Amino acid sequence: MSFWFWNGVRRGIPSTRYPAVPETASGVTPGRPVATMFASAEEAARAAANCPVGAITARDREAVIDLETCIHCQRCRFGNPSTVHWANDFEWTRWPAAKKGFEPLPASFTRSLHIMVVDAGDCGACLHEIKQLNNPFYNIHRLGMFFTATPRTADVLLVVGPVSENMREPLLKTYDAMPQPKRVVAVGACAISGGVFGRTFASAGGVGMVLPVDLEIPGNPPPPLAILHGLLVVTSRKEVLTEGGTSLI
Amino acid sequence: MTSAPPSHSPLDVEGLTILLEERFRAGLSVLKEAPGLVIRVLDLSLLPVVSRFLFWEAGGSFGGLIVEERLREWTLQYLFLLQNIGWVDVVVRAPLYQKTIPSIVAELHAADWYEREAEDLFDIDFEGHPRLGDFILHDETWQEHIAPMRKAFDANALNFERKPNEKWRPKLVVEDPGSFAMPVGPVYEGGLGEPIHFLLETVGEDVIREVPRLFYNYRAVEKIAEGKAVCDVLLLAERFSAKSAFAHSLAFCQAIENAAGAEVPWRARRLRVVLAELERLRHHAGAIQGICQSTALSVSEAHAAIIEEQLLRASAAFTGHRYLFGLNTPGGLRRDFEETACRDLLRAIDSADSQLRILEERLRYSSSFLDRLEDVGAISPENARDLDLVGPVARASGVSRDLRKACPYATYSEYRFDAPCEQEGDGYARLRVLFAEARESARLVHQAVDSLEPGDSSIPVEATASTVGFGWTEAPIGAAMHGVRLDSEGRVERYRILTPSFRNWLGFHVAVEDFAFQDFPIILATFGLSATECDR
Repeated sequence: MSFWFWNGVRRGIPSTRYPAVPETASGVTPGRPVATMFASAEEAARAAANCPVGAITARDREAVIDLETCIHCQRCRFGNPSTVHWANDFEWTRWPAAKKGFEPLPASFTRSLHIMVVDAGDCGACLHEIKQLNNPFYNIHRLGMFFTATPRTADVLLVVGPVSENMREPLLKTYDAMPQPKRVVAVGACAISGGVFGRTFASAGGVGMVLPVDLEIPGNPPPPLAILHGLLVVTSRKEVLTEGGTSLI
Repeated sequence: MTSAPPSHSPLDVEGLTILLEERFRAGLSVLKEAPGLVIRVLDLSLLPVVSRFLFWEAGGSFGGLIVEERLREWTLQYLFLLQNIGWVDVVVRAPLYQKTIPSIVAELHAADWYEREAEDLFDIDFEGHPRLGDFILHDETWQEHIAPMRKAFDANALNFERKPNEKWRPKLVVEDPGSFAMPVGPVYEGGLGEPIHFLLETVGEDVIREVPRLFYNYRAVEKIAEGKAVCDVLLLAERFSAKSAFAHSLAFCQAIENAAGAEVPWRARRLRVVLAELERLRHHAGAIQGICQSTALSVSEAHAAIIEEQLLRASAAFTGHRYLFGLNTPGGLRRDFEETACRDLLRAIDSADSQLRILEERLRYSSSFLDRLEDVGAISPENARDLDLVGPVARASGVSRDLRKACPYATYSEYRFDAPCEQEGDGYARLRVLFAEARESARLVHQAVDSLEPGDSSIPVEATASTVGFGWTEAPIGAAMHGVRLDSEGRVERYRILTPSFRNWLGFHVAVEDFAFQDFPIILATFGLSATECDR
């Protein structure tokens, strides 16, 4: 059985060097639609009409993107003439539109951040991308971040899914069991606004309806690096770069 | 249950029709209708006997139950799949005021959860079913008799009032002195597990009985699809369960195409095989990673995780989405792929394939790993047949059933591939089936890419008003079926998703009974089921 040890050593370290070095490997992010200037206002309006969730708004000749509602259906990317540009980045974390900013956790959390996850009606994609943070490519242990088995030791709560009615109670109990200070991050379009599941008798229509949300990570699902960026923002090791689809820098 | 063994000379359509008419006379009528047979049961009391005949004597498998409220009457469709014949719909109609339908669960155990689901969501009483109530709508959250799937229920009413039953407590079965129940979930493993509540009943070391409590992720997908346009329901079809998003969106698109009678271009069909098998390969790599993780063999877990992430990246590089969202559309695929992109994909798949082979070889020589899998969570072929399990779990128990072979769709009938099968039914057999299926998937992608010819990647398909469509795929976890009824404006009137996880969770309790606590996560991992796919 010693071959496992030798195999592990021989395989080497595949971990990304993000955040110290930008990650550019192909396929780490699905990309995101960005504001696009069209030749005519009609074309921009056509691009807006083509979006099934109304994430694209036409402002004269420009199509503006609301990334929080975007569900990455790629309908503005392929298969229709009014194509919107897509950027290949992943640092999408922002604070909720209703808030003016974000107060990061104190400096003592920088090298020891304990993460609790609650799946509240997720399709499995966002949850799976969070799980990927533990794989050798992302390996968040190197950054002093840990998934914890109990809310009693958790500092940040990642919530995925639109909050199904059956999960509302377990979610609230988990949140209440976490000690102060704590931060809540809504991961994915469903957690932000309900996504395709909307607000119905069985779905609360977003974590914000149930809990105070501090940060949002858009995407359907956001790739592991986007979630990692959000976790780095929680401890102010990274800045919020975007607001309302436009870059802040 | 005692029963006749499945017949070895499969019946054909004529033989079955004659046999049914001889036996049940005026109690039913048989109609030939694409893609199979429709049996209308006129005498309700015959329903259990007819089901028993089709399942046990004709050797069919059970597809599921589709309930509809239409034109002041209930329509209940019991789907069966028979060799040589194809889909057989047993249809029962009853006026809406009739709230009682005879239960078939005593004859056909696989129907258990379907009847419980219909009772919870439609408020139909299945006479003779031993445990109705508290299923999808948990009693500690909802009152009884809400019946959200009824037409009169408004899913978007925001003033909906819930009246939870504060006194609800789980039913315990073990009554030994000193016995207790260990609760796990719905938030466990730091929330990284899908929300399921397990109640492990024990007297100390061994789990005597376990009842999974699912449906924490119930988002009423079938309900909110009603009244929506086909292109909007497609978004739901691929987003209710991401791990098999492509398989489900494909089943939905095929249902719409069947309803419209559309012929999908060959290029699109072959590309669909490429993408479906890419998804299966990625899913199986993830499932293998889960099994390695459950046995705490960290290096193998890391190796499998690397393979899975490489496949996710290859998916994103190939299609633009790591989970293959936004590709299927009724009539084909939303985009075409270039030759060079296909070759890049093949390279990624070959690399994953060879790494998986190496991983399998190493795991085979890791005795401590095998000790934890062998003879653990065994499901006998009899149990697998009795509960009519599907997918890799069934194939590990000797029940070889694969819709890609039984009812080929896309271009599966063109290609050569095996549906790997094992006999032992234990955790190790399930792991071997996963590895073998991953190899077959890689083979299939090669054949599909090689068979690609220039052509259209989609044709426009208009949703045809007032039609019914039915589509099926072999999802990574097993057989998935989507049924759609379109109304007079071409909008979705009823959408039914029959998922493999829903079926296999029913069999999960058989595997965990009489096992030690430490085996529980391993059994859970080797089943590789998805809660969210089951919950919808």
